[in-house]
Amino acid sequence: MNFGRFFRSTVGIGLTAAFLVALPFIAATGGQAWVRILDFAILYVFLALGLNIVVGLAGLLDLGYIAFYAVGAYTWALLASPHFGLHWPIWAILPIAAGLACFAGVLLGSPTLKLRGDYLAIVTLGFGEIVRIFLNNLNAPINVTNGPQGITLIDPVSFGAFKFSGTTQIFGVALSGPQKYYFLLVALAILVIIINIRLQNSRIGRAWQAIREDEIAAKAIGINTRNLKLLAFAMGASFGGVAGGIFSAMQGFVSPESFSLLESIMILAMVVLGGMGHIPGVILGAVLLTVLPEVLRYGVGPLQMAVFGKMLVDPESLRMLVFGLALVLVMRFKPAGLWPSPERQRELQETGK
Amino acid sequence: MQAKLSVVALSVAAAFALSACGQKEEPKPVAAPAPAAKPEVVVKLGHVAPMTGPQAHLGKDNENGAVLAIEELNAKGMEIGGAKVKFQLLAEDDAADPKQGAIVAQKLVDAKVNGVIGHLNSGTTIPASKLYADAGIPQISGSATNPKYTQQGFATAFRVMANDVQQGKSLGEFAVKQGVKTVAIVDDRTAYGQGLADEFKKAAEASGIKVVANEYTTDKATDFKAILTKIKSTKAEMVFFGGMDAQGGPMAKQMKELGIKAKFLGGDGVCTPEFMKLGGPATEGQFCSLPGMPLEKLAKGPEFREKFSKKFGAEIQLYAPYVYDAVMVMADSMKRADSVEPAKFLPAVGQTKYDGVTAMVEFDALGDLKGGAISIYKYTGGKLEYVETLGGSTMEMAKAEVKEAVAEVKDAAKAVAGAATAVGKEAVSDVKDAAKAATEAGKDAVKAGAEAVKNAADATKAAVEKK
Amino acid sequence: MDIFLQQIINGLVQGSIYALVALGYTMVYGIMGLINFAHGEVVMIGTLVTITVAGSLIKAGMPVAVAGLAGLMAAVLVCMALGWALERVAYRPLRNAPRLTPLITAIGMSIVLQNLAMMIWGRNYMTFPSLLPKVDFEFAGANFTMIQVIIVLVSAATMGGLLLLVYRTKLGMAMRATAQNPAVASLMGVNINRVIAAAFVIGSALGALAGVMVGTYYEIAHYQMGFMLGLKAFTAAVLGGIGNLAGAMLGGILLGIIEALGAGYIGDLTGGFLGSHYQDIFAFVVLIVVLMFKPSGLFGEKTGDRA
Repeated sequence: MNFGRFFRSTVGIGLTAAFLVALPFIAATGGQAWVRILDFAILYVFLALGLNIVVGLAGLLDLGYIAFYAVGAYTWALLASPHFGLHWPIWAILPIAAGLACFAGVLLGSPTLKLRGDYLAIVTLGFGEIVRIFLNNLNAPINVTNGPQGITLIDPVSFGAFKFSGTTQIFGVALSGPQKYYFLLVALAILVIIINIRLQNSRIGRAWQAIREDEIAAKAIGINTRNLKLLAFAMGASFGGVAGGIFSAMQGFVSPESFSLLESIMILAMVVLGGMGHIPGVILGAVLLTVLPEVLRYGVGPLQMAVFGKMLVDPESLRMLVFGLALVLVMRFKPAGLWPSPERQRELQETGK
Repeated sequence: MQAKLSVVALSVAAAFALSACGQKEEPKPVAAPAPAAKPEVVVKLGHVAPMTGPQAHLGKDNENGAVLAIEELNAKGMEIGGAKVKFQLLAEDDAADPKQGAIVAQKLVDAKVNGVIGHLNSGTTIPASKLYADAGIPQISGSATNPKYTQQGFATAFRVMANDVQQGKSLGEFAVKQGVKTVAIVDDRTAYGQGLADEFKKAAEASGIKVVANEYTTDKATDFKAILTKIKSTKAEMVFFGGMDAQGGPMAKQMKELGIKAKFLGGDGVCTPEFMKLGGPATEGQFCSLPGMPLEKLAKGPEFREKFSKKFGAEIQLYAPYVYDAVMVMADSMKRADSVEPAKFLPAVGQTKYDGVTAMVEFDALGDLKGGAISIYKYTGGKLEYVETLGGSTMEMAKAEVKEAVAEVKDAAKAVAGAATAVGKEAVSDVKDAAKAATEAGKDAVKAGAEAVKNAADATKAAVEKK
Repeated sequence: MDIFLQQIINGLVQGSIYALVALGYTMVYGIMGLINFAHGEVVMIGTLVTITVAGSLIKAGMPVAVAGLAGLMAAVLVCMALGWALERVAYRPLRNAPRLTPLITAIGMSIVLQNLAMMIWGRNYMTFPSLLPKVDFEFAGANFTMIQVIIVLVSAATMGGLLLLVYRTKLGMAMRATAQNPAVASLMGVNINRVIAAAFVIGSALGALAGVMVGTYYEIAHYQMGFMLGLKAFTAAVLGGIGNLAGAMLGGILLGIIEALGAGYIGDLTGGFLGSHYQDIFAFVVLIVVLMFKPSGLFGEKTGDRA
């Protein structure tokens, strides 16, 4: 089951591309809402891949990843909405969003360089909460973020006159708003995947893996652990920032409640459940955790109604319960994730027994 | 001033005037000569509220309100554009999650609904309203009170409930009426709590109340001693809390523990039995507000309550009457525009003048309810006791007054009748005096009633003239 | 001045609650180096069990004192069983796994317990029966109640008891040995599994006690009450030097007082720029600062690789 070679083969690429192009049109037959769910799935793929650099490659457990997503989302919201009367174009905002998130990443990374494992986890968690609390309260004395009210009427993505909201005709094909975002997100996600793959097999990537396995040994063989850890934080954060920007534009509305601790845990769970450090695994994790709740909502609820005549278990609480159990069970029985990288699996088998 | 006759006449006249107003709302289309009956048109109305998650019970209540309205409309059988219409409800669940809200909104837009009722929470209503506005679908919410919803400038966004600005303002007015000079404001940093507290602050400051402390908590906190201690040092006469009952109750309790004598005032978030349960005796004598008027005070209120509990075997939770009105307003607008096409009947929604269960529904330029009423309640003996209504349209007030006046007149008449029987039964010498006194008392009551009816009638007239 | 004193009292009581919860964290962490994220949930379940048991006994006409005691006993027993089960089912199989693994399991368990509690007790806030007569004291213009005094005393006594347990008993010695080096300890005849299970069971019993204290103090409970409390308590444990029992106590009280004074005075200190909305930030800022400059905590000895 060598997926790497499969994806690299021309036929594989062709088939995957055809599938990705067709997907939004297939989904649209079930309604644009499904395309929107698809959009969110890809957005989470994007986020999970960003976090994968920090957690999966460098082995730094980050429980505050949502903070960078928030920074990106608010950057877009502030620079492209009536809140400050600014309407900057995408090519100006996205780099700023990525840059600010990157800066936030370094800001978080530098004081925590010395920390490892669970201490790092708890400090990053605190950092995520600090960012959220500031976003929630920076409406006075100077109104920066508009506080808990959030920011509305955020501009959609647009390239010149080509807007991503509303339906347009391209080459005789009608493309709806969500479908356009889909293609944008897929393009970005492919970019991130390529960066991830390149990183993994580069000097930097190998150095990260060395740090992940044994920091002291890594230091001993001459790896600059400080800079490399900062780099991991900065890169992961930048992806988070870009994803946040797109989220903001897609939703047209941001408020601090979208950036709670639970979201951070959710993204972490995608990485961990799928397979830490293994790109196809992370993608699987992200898609599973985004689509599964929808299935529960539209499957379990009506099913209960049909069988018992009333709702016994609220699908919403069932979703969280399943999610928590999944974390526990996967850690217990498949600690490398549902689709781990072949090397990692080998390692675990060797050391596990 | 004489005679009951004129009183009765007046009240009857007033009643007729009112019912006439009511009827005017449904003008029969000028004999639409329906030649060959057109096929039945199905009008799809979307309804969105959380059906799962912590607010599922409120979501169900909203949905029940919509279901009731739609069943009544279908039972009545409406004709629009010369064709018989059948209303159909597409109920969706947004789980009170903004992201989910946008997804189901997209779903309704895809389903080409003619109008949308909802959503329940402001947090989901606001992002969703953009999608409806882009698709040109009219949206009427029965419960989203955040001012931002209608301030975005969407022609499609309406609500049939007083918003937080109106509520904050009325609470400010009430604080002034209570003779309070200094106030401390606490909010829970949610969109609802902060918005309400800000509006209260504006209103209080505008009328000369000094805000001596601004403190904050969160919607998950249980300990308020630190901020309350600070408030204690400012010697504020009243503590205003913008937030929910789960925090308000313990807050009132801890105020008492710290020996703070200040009054406690809050918005609809704390106007619940839950607040009294959690706050215990510390809540006694404190005040809170709810948008709208109590159902009992409304002309069609008790009737609605009865219909509702008969149909669903459940009590009204909160917003069902408002959602019911929202559906009715939507249908009424279609009727007036004689079209179910969103583009055609949307202008008619803005011109609504519908005599609903909860209020005389009229919209201002933004789509907000004109003159939304706010009622103040007092916690007494573990119950919410109605105190007064602030704001509200003249029409509504007039109607409530007429209702009360009629009741008073009835009571007075009963008293007089009672006195008369008493007179008949007892044939003693001082009976005359007693009878006289009784008649006198009855007369006074009648007089008072007459006065009230007259005032009400004047108001009604004024309101009618304004039309 | 009376206001300042009042804030100190507020902080002291809040801090004692943190301390009581922090003791549970620190016990487990000190022995096996695991952040038991689910400890906050154990506290929550302790509170809710007490509500159910004591509430229904009071309704059945039992005297309040008896009902309260029965509630406390039930809570302690349920939580001990829960702690044992957690260790046995979720953590023990992962003892040799990479460090991230048990941490993620702990987060998962926390979510599972929260949602189970929600299914059992519902989503609404619940009122905790008043178990203690309300007695108010006043001292130099500051008000406090009986229950506040009891909370401070109980957490101090608990810490004392734990210190005795760890330093004066055989089990305590085994615990210390396991903390230093499990492999060697087991060679010396210490039953590692039993010692770790004991740490979990004792920690959970303390959690139940903390839950009852929190419930009696605020008279309110909710299935989500444990998470933030647990987080703050963990911060307190780190602040005092994790693994150090006296440190957890002092860290808890320090954190409580920092929060109270912070919320009370930050507005005046910054000229109104920052206000009590930043109350929840203090814990995290303190945590980051302490870990930056003194990774072993204020009162912790150097533990080398652990931090």
